[in-house]
Amino acid sequence: MSKASLLLREASPPTPTPTPNPSPQGGGEPTESVAPLQAHLAETQSPPRSANNTGVAAALRHARYILSENAVTGFAFALFLLIVLAALLGPYLVPYDPLASDTASALRAPSAAHWFGTDQLGRDVFSRVVVATRLDFVIAIASVALVFLMGGLAGVAAGFFGGWTDRVVGRIADTIMAFPLFVLAMGIVAALGNTVENVVLATAIVNFPLYARVARAEANVRREAGFVLAARLSGNGEMRILLAQVLPNIMPIMVVQMSLTMGYAILNAAGLSFIGLGVRPPTAEWGIMVAEGAAFMVSGEWWNAFFPGAALMVAVFCFNLLGDGLRDIVDPQRRT
Amino acid sequence: MLRMAAKRMLIAVPSLVGVVIVTFLLTRALPGDPAAYFAGPAATKEAIEQIRVRLGLDKPLYVQFVRYVGDLARGDLGNSLTTGQPVVYEIKTRLPASAELTLLGLVVAMSIAVPLGIFAATRPNSMIDHLCRVIATAGVSLPVFFTGLILIYVFYYLLGWAPAPLGRLDVFFSPPQHVTGFYLIDSLIAGDSEAFAASLKQLVLPALTLGIFALAPIARMTRASMLAVLASDFVRTARASGLSPITVVVTYAFRNAMLPVVTTLGMVFSFLLGANVLVEKVFAWPGIGSFAVEALIASDFAPLQGFVLTMAVMYVALNLVIDVLYGVIDPRVRIEA
Repeated sequence: MSKASLLLREASPPTPTPTPNPSPQGGGEPTESVAPLQAHLAETQSPPRSANNTGVAAALRHARYILSENAVTGFAFALFLLIVLAALLGPYLVPYDPLASDTASALRAPSAAHWFGTDQLGRDVFSRVVVATRLDFVIAIASVALVFLMGGLAGVAAGFFGGWTDRVVGRIADTIMAFPLFVLAMGIVAALGNTVENVVLATAIVNFPLYARVARAEANVRREAGFVLAARLSGNGEMRILLAQVLPNIMPIMVVQMSLTMGYAILNAAGLSFIGLGVRPPTAEWGIMVAEGAAFMVSGEWWNAFFPGAALMVAVFCFNLLGDGLRDIVDPQRRT
Repeated sequence: MLRMAAKRMLIAVPSLVGVVIVTFLLTRALPGDPAAYFAGPAATKEAIEQIRVRLGLDKPLYVQFVRYVGDLARGDLGNSLTTGQPVVYEIKTRLPASAELTLLGLVVAMSIAVPLGIFAATRPNSMIDHLCRVIATAGVSLPVFFTGLILIYVFYYLLGWAPAPLGRLDVFFSPPQHVTGFYLIDSLIAGDSEAFAASLKQLVLPALTLGIFALAPIARMTRASMLAVLASDFVRTARASGLSPITVVVTYAFRNAMLPVVTTLGMVFSFLLGANVLVEKVFAWPGIGSFAVEALIASDFAPLQGFVLTMAVMYVALNLVIDVLYGVIDPRVRIEA
């Protein structure tokens, strides 16, 4: 679909920036079309490296100010810590073995002994929900990290180099965007093989256009920035400028992007395991637990599907709030 | 107008080519043995070898691609192993069920989200504005299969209002005569009000599930674009000229604010078509989504490939419609084109 390229265009300046002038005499003086860009950059650009110390302190102060202003983000952050804690320590804290079945006490309603009740095999739902946190969390983190590597780097290269790199990356993003994303993820996992690794890969691939788009737009406005010109003038190669100058500069925005898509990554992975892709029983994972509990919903045993589903919802909600909060800190202009 | 539509259609061609290439690659160029995929898990070595030759998998990749495109052009997507029917036939008979559900889901989403967004924008920081924000954030956080199950528990098990979540029509009713494939419309054509009510009852919960899922981005976008439009000069002028607030909002602001909302519909459809698969599984809906899930469980690859292709082609077509619609709403787009 041309949607991706439309969005790509929308985020970048309307007039194509001229390709960098490699001749030594022209390199120093900004051409006419670069000047307004630099003026724009003067406002948005982060302070130079020497001022890093005060910059960090100021950022922290700013973060605290935003947090005090927005209690919701603080709440989301606390929730996030809780999820991380459950992911790290969950297996050591839970009262029961998440895989141990006890058919004598199958399908019991929540009680003091089993806080979230027991499932059709008598397994403790609470233990399973807590233990599943790690797997869901790892899947989400891994897929987001992977798409950051693929989409982020491809997007930065596309925005910085332009030309055919830009066209190839744009074409790939367009093709991915031509599919309904969940459907494409289904197809990829089914084709590559029904494993957790492929769920991670598929989730990463369907998020590729988002990352490539953001990274491209951000790299594009910086390709003629003062610090890039300075680095070029002092003899740095293009690749080095890209990785050492441009990439670190767009990191904050990419981090926001990662936390914004984290929730979607969890939802996508859980949706895939709900229809039987990726994680296999008896492994504890939220999506598959909801799928297993679904049959009991019509007969009134709600706890089986409700608690893992609620955990999933809380996690996604937390990441979405956190993403919004982080965006407010990094990019106040887009605050809604 | 027509020229614009034609031009836009040309832009969709590369997308379609991309879609065909990707669905081809999904089966052929990937690790594993596609012949084994197509033969199914129970096939013997000889059967796999036979299928390899029959599908032309022993030929070079570009020959296979040409063959694949040729098959597509003839409307041949292979046969389903589980049902023995051609995939095209299965998809054709099941598509109306999915389309009816998805469209109704969109209608539900639009009819809640658009008024909500407008109210939120006309009264910033009021209760309804906060409500809109909460719904917009909560809506995207809800796993669609989870919403469906909760609705089933509340409305079927607890309250007993909804019928059992088992397909499009209660077993006591026979489906109306096939005209459009949409039971709601077909039963009206047949003048069968009981079948209409019965199929509507089955539709309410799944459509609501889809609607709740899709409403968040629409509400968010409506609110944001309404806010921008309400702050613009022409709205100020309209207000200063003494037009009633309702005329200003409905006649002037609304139409202009709809433009970005129509653009988001593309994304909303991507969500809806994906969520459709999950909702169909939850409600045992006999659409193409549950067809694909069944095929997935049986490792039956041809239907899945057909499903992915159908969904993608539909999505490309929907985006095309949305862009043309955009031209209808905004004359400026037409002039540019």
